[in-house]
Amino acid sequence: MTILKLALKNLLGAGLRTWLNVFVLSLSFVLIIFSQGLLEGMNKQAEEAMIASEIGGGHLQHPAYDPYDPLTLSDAHGPVPPTLAALAASGKAAPVLVVQGTIYPGGRLFMVRVKGIDPGQTAVNLPSSVLAAPLAGDEIPVLIGERMAKMTGLAKGDTFTLQWRDARGTFDARDATVVEIMKTSVQTIDSGQIWVPLARLRDMTGMAGEATFAVLAQDLAAPSALRPAALPSAAEAGGWILRTQDDFLADIRAMVESKTAGSSILYAIFLALAMLAIFDTQVLSIFHRRREMGTLMALGFTRTKVIGLFTLEGMLNGVLAGLVAAVYGIPLLTWMARTGWALPGNTDSYGFAIGERLFPSYSLALVAGTTLLVLLTTTVVSFLPTRRIAKLKPTDALRGRMT
Amino acid sequence: MTNEPLIVTKDLKKIYAMGPHRLEALAGITLSFDRGEFAGLVGPSGSGKTTLLNILGSLDTPSEGSAVVMGRAIETLTHKEAARLRNRHIGFIFQTFNLLPVYTVYENVEFALLLLGDPPAVRRRKVMAALDWVRLADRARSKPAQLSGGQSQRVAIARAVVKEPDIVLADEPTANLDAENSHNVLQTMERLNGDLGTTFLFATHDPKVMQYLRRKITLVDGRVTSDERTGGRP
Repeated sequence: MTILKLALKNLLGAGLRTWLNVFVLSLSFVLIIFSQGLLEGMNKQAEEAMIASEIGGGHLQHPAYDPYDPLTLSDAHGPVPPTLAALAASGKAAPVLVVQGTIYPGGRLFMVRVKGIDPGQTAVNLPSSVLAAPLAGDEIPVLIGERMAKMTGLAKGDTFTLQWRDARGTFDARDATVVEIMKTSVQTIDSGQIWVPLARLRDMTGMAGEATFAVLAQDLAAPSALRPAALPSAAEAGGWILRTQDDFLADIRAMVESKTAGSSILYAIFLALAMLAIFDTQVLSIFHRRREMGTLMALGFTRTKVIGLFTLEGMLNGVLAGLVAAVYGIPLLTWMARTGWALPGNTDSYGFAIGERLFPSYSLALVAGTTLLVLLTTTVVSFLPTRRIAKLKPTDALRGRMT
Repeated sequence: MTNEPLIVTKDLKKIYAMGPHRLEALAGITLSFDRGEFAGLVGPSGSGKTTLLNILGSLDTPSEGSAVVMGRAIETLTHKEAARLRNRHIGFIFQTFNLLPVYTVYENVEFALLLLGDPPAVRRRKVMAALDWVRLADRARSKPAQLSGGQSQRVAIARAVVKEPDIVLADEPTANLDAENSHNVLQTMERLNGDLGTTFLFATHDPKVMQYLRRKITLVDGRVTSDERTGGRP
């Protein structure tokens, strides 16, 4: 108790020097939590957007379908298994038929994936209902994303030629009209693809009752190791393969992890800057306060106690910094978490779905982990210079000399 | 209380190795001090006064010979035992006062008692009594920086005697004080010696201090050249 009281008094008695250290350390605290919070927020936001708009509760895929290989598309379709059809009828799944196609907007040619989806589906957050609006003539209603619109130069209401191959391999073409341009942060439902009504696509391709995959509703989500009773078994699903949320999110998580490694450098720099200040102060403190150390020893302090005192003083910098960081950091970080951080320019370069504003997310583990790390590092950095005290002779200390 | 001497040194030597040379700071000191003495080690700079005082205060160890303080041989004490001896039985007064700058006068004096683990009520009583002795009770809340040199040294005296130690070791206690403050401080110590029976041992070359001493031991080049009993201040 005496040591703690003395350490606190010494620290507060040092005035401006202490508060400068505390401020620098608190700044590191806040910046570390903010930068890590941004990453967590990016991860969370991207996952939530992808689950809502693309992944849902997972996909059941035709066995021949490989989303990364367009050459599989010609064979990757088949009748929707009855169990899956029942799920679709109850709004728990949205079958999607995918075929390869070509569009000719303004005389230019673009290879696209034509995806048919039921306009009435509720399994994923896609504005498919716009596809239900009747069009004049025999034009095909098409929904595209902003990226696709930008890439092709298409605007809402524009008409272009769509060419595709039917089930028998015969080419066919017809006019299509953009009925809506959707704003989405999920690149994988936007770039290089157009959305059309499922029934229309089935009709166009002669693939009645068929689909390539089905998006399951979010409430059917389960970790890959578990198969809830609501999900059809492989046999019930006609051999269709289940890809869970985790399977889909593995890539994005790996991507975030690689970005986390990069941000760790920033983390280390913030921490090192703060620790340099503490180390410097400790070294100076030990150098300038030798006479005080001698006095403490003359009063009955052992060298171990003196080391404890100086280490505690350094560590208390971390505690004070935590308190100061809480005073201005909590309102600041809360405000940032609410208003988000406007991302400049084209955020697609990040490689995954994040919106125009990034909302940091601060988990308890992040805050507690950072606090613990800063306190631990401060203690170690405070202790290192005090090892010299272990060699200090009381008589030298009283004369203001270092042994 | 026994009649055993409080401090006994026998052929005490302190040798510093300085490269190939050996500096003999103490060259065989044999002395003894009884309880309640008001004695001083006098002599020119470099005569070994402070070195002897440091050894008797268990801040340093002898190279040869022995120093027994309160029945404990200094040369055999561990760091912890030496710290305990200082904490319980020895009070120090330094030339530069050495008050803890962030503590108030009261807290500086209380510090020695905190280490002894005295309960708060006992601490308060003892601290106020010590400040009364040195006539600084009204400055209890002041910080050392707000005190004059004389007042600072009186606080240091209060800190040294508050735990009622058996021995107070004072190293040039008046070196940084003017004549008036020196006399005030010395009178305070003399009074405490008389009232509490605390043994005071000085290291000094200040004539003002010498006139208060009842025993004057002269050191020259680490040797005792004279050990005379005087009547103290007339």
